[in-house]
Amino acid sequence: MSPAAPNSNGTSLHDTGWTDQRVETLVGIMLRTGVLLAAAIVLIGGVLYLGQQHNAPRPDYQHFHGEPPAYTTVSGVLRGILNFDPRAVIMLGLLVLIATPVARVGMCIVGFFFERDRMYVAVSTIVLLILLYSLFLHK
Amino acid sequence: MDPLTFSLILIVSSLAAGLLGALSGLGGGVVIVPLLTIVFQVDIHYAIGASLVSVIATSSGAAAAYVREGFSNIRVGMFLEIATTLGALVGAWLTTKVPTHAIGLVFGLVLLYSAYTSLRQHHDVITRNPDALALHLRLKGSLPTGPETHEDYVAQHVPAGFGLMTAAGVLSGLLGIGSGAVKVIAMDQAMRLPFKVSTTTSNFMIGVTAAASAGLYLRSGYLAPTLAMPVMLGVLAGSLIGSRLLVRVRVRTLKIVFSIIIVALGIEMIASNLKGIL
Repeated sequence: MSPAAPNSNGTSLHDTGWTDQRVETLVGIMLRTGVLLAAAIVLIGGVLYLGQQHNAPRPDYQHFHGEPPAYTTVSGVLRGILNFDPRAVIMLGLLVLIATPVARVGMCIVGFFFERDRMYVAVSTIVLLILLYSLFLHK
Repeated sequence: MDPLTFSLILIVSSLAAGLLGALSGLGGGVVIVPLLTIVFQVDIHYAIGASLVSVIATSSGAAAAYVREGFSNIRVGMFLEIATTLGALVGAWLTTKVPTHAIGLVFGLVLLYSAYTSLRQHHDVITRNPDALALHLRLKGSLPTGPETHEDYVAQHVPAGFGLMTAAGVLSGLLGIGSGAVKVIAMDQAMRLPFKVSTTTSNFMIGVTAAASAGLYLRSGYLAPTLAMPVMLGVLAGSLIGSRLLVRVRVRTLKIVFSIIIVALGIEMIASNLKGIL
């Protein structure tokens, strides 16, 4: 490679103080916080569920019947939490978990924007749109 | 078995799976589905749902450690995520159409393939050929090789890599796994990226790929909260412990042990699902 070619690791195209390394560090911290928050919510829901259901028979997982609407939509999960349903608390934790990689792509868009890398603002936006489509529109 | 005992057994076995997955570099997700379907008789749809959330958890949980090393390439990862997320949408949709036994059969084959790739030796063939498409897409970087030295690389065969990544995405969505093995092949073999760059970038991509299937899994009712809870917590804890132990254990022996387990599970899944089809 010619010495004049810009590096893609460590240094930015134009010096705006934003580097790939800085974006990745921020993204790493955000992912770790998100996953620990999700795990804490799932754990709280799990403890509540086991505290409430210790005498109940265990759910049947051998035959697939699909989860009821209360656990397959965001609005159903939020309603369940208002009714103190421990399963809904677990689902909230799983939703937070699913949101972390989506937020990661969002942060990359911001990072590439400050690095003035238009092509990768576009690439990250395409990935974000695919994720949002799958989460909200896809049937 | 009451829910408490069942959950505790699941947490412990998932922790072991996450630990072995992190130590061997194969990821915990690949054994979760056979563990749930073969040992605990769980329907494969619930099993891939629980596996998918564990895959997202391990990928996001390990991210901070990989970033510190500075090997992963976010442009390569982001560009290829277009392929993996589109593939994952197709794969997740297929789970609602394809018969259960066919999913199990494909799973068994992927297990055998993962064991094979993990035992193969890697030789970096780093190329600096000015591949026009890769340069235009800025799919390049430099790998630190010492305190003062670094090695520049440029991706090769971008369309082939993109195609393989789409296939990795389909498998991820269909089987609820990270398909790290196929992702590494796409970057390491097809695009000729250094092995360290391939493995760390692959880990970064796994969470985003899995998130693309998660919406459809949620709406199809694959995410059973009481099953996903112990599995996700166990795998996450196991993989976090495993990534700290990594430096102190002999990886080669562990890889062989884990590969034998994976081969046995793969053969069992192929045999039982073939019986179901025939």
